[in-house]
Amino acid sequence: MANKEWPLWEVFIRSKQGLSHKHVGSLRAADADMAIENARDVYTRRSEGVSIWVAESNNLFASNPYDADSLYEPSDSKVYRHPTFYEVPDGIEHM
Amino acid sequence: MNALFEYVIRLGDDSLIIGHRLSEWCGHGPVLEEDIAMTNLSLDFIGQTASLLKYAGEVEGKGRTEDDLAYLRYDREYKNTLLVEQPNGDFGMTMMRQFLFDAYRKLLFERLVNAKDETIAAIAAKSLKETKYHFKHSSEWIIRLGDGTEESNQRVQDSLDTLWRYASELFYADAVDAELIEAGTIPSMEGLEEEWKKSVGEVLSEATLTIPTNNWKQGGGRKGMHSEHLGYILSELQYMQRAYPGLEW
Repeated sequence: MANKEWPLWEVFIRSKQGLSHKHVGSLRAADADMAIENARDVYTRRSEGVSIWVAESNNLFASNPYDADSLYEPSDSKVYRHPTFYEVPDGIEHM
Repeated sequence: MNALFEYVIRLGDDSLIIGHRLSEWCGHGPVLEEDIAMTNLSLDFIGQTASLLKYAGEVEGKGRTEDDLAYLRYDREYKNTLLVEQPNGDFGMTMMRQFLFDAYRKLLFERLVNAKDETIAAIAAKSLKETKYHFKHSSEWIIRLGDGTEESNQRVQDSLDTLWRYASELFYADAVDAELIEAGTIPSMEGLEEEWKKSVGEVLSEATLTIPTNNWKQGGGRKGMHSEHLGYILSELQYMQRAYPGLEW
């Protein structure tokens, strides 16, 4: 039975126009059309979204957690990449 | 007999009973995703029931609420079709029952949105949005089960053979319908069954299923003459209100 299990799909929902799709979870479905329908039933029943993307989990490629040292830590010491060295003039709001 | 009351009761009872049948799947679905899908469908139908039976109570004018009508009538007073009270069977049987019903409901509501009766038109407009999805969902399953494995094809073909005899009752029409159409309260239903046959036929053909050639038809629900199954549904549905009259929680 184990190898007869439906493939796994990752679900991305756009909560409203203008925002990007966000990963909300995963589910099993026989094919892409059914994955969209299942996602509609599982993840949007409380009006969470206006658009759904699904992608078969097999097709996602992820960075290796063991490489975190070399991938992400070097940028921790490069604070000058943040635009924090400017004086903000008086009267500028929302900064 | 009040034709409008009777007509709205028929619509409402179809929603009530098929909604109850779907709710029986809660916690028993073949996969988690489908379990949630079927309870969503069930809730859509129970929502439609609340609107329809509330309106029926208003039309009747005897002070009966939607709860009185749902929980305190006797079996002969229920006017749902025999199709919707048939047992769930396996998942394929439930989807086949749903598919035959959804195809009818979608075409029916597409006409009822133009009803001169504003309440019926408004309920139809709201329900049509749900029904379009119901029909898509059940059609997709019929195609996948029919055009799936040898076993899934055989099972869903058996379901079609079993349920086909109840389908024609969906188009049952009598003096109730005639009076409302004559008065312009609801639009004409001419050609509805032919449209349904076309819509159902397209999906069944894609699903590689065969429409039964046996034309034996069974009806009676619209007149309150039900199969044995309705009694069991009602005993579960009505238990609380019968055992503890007026109970609220």
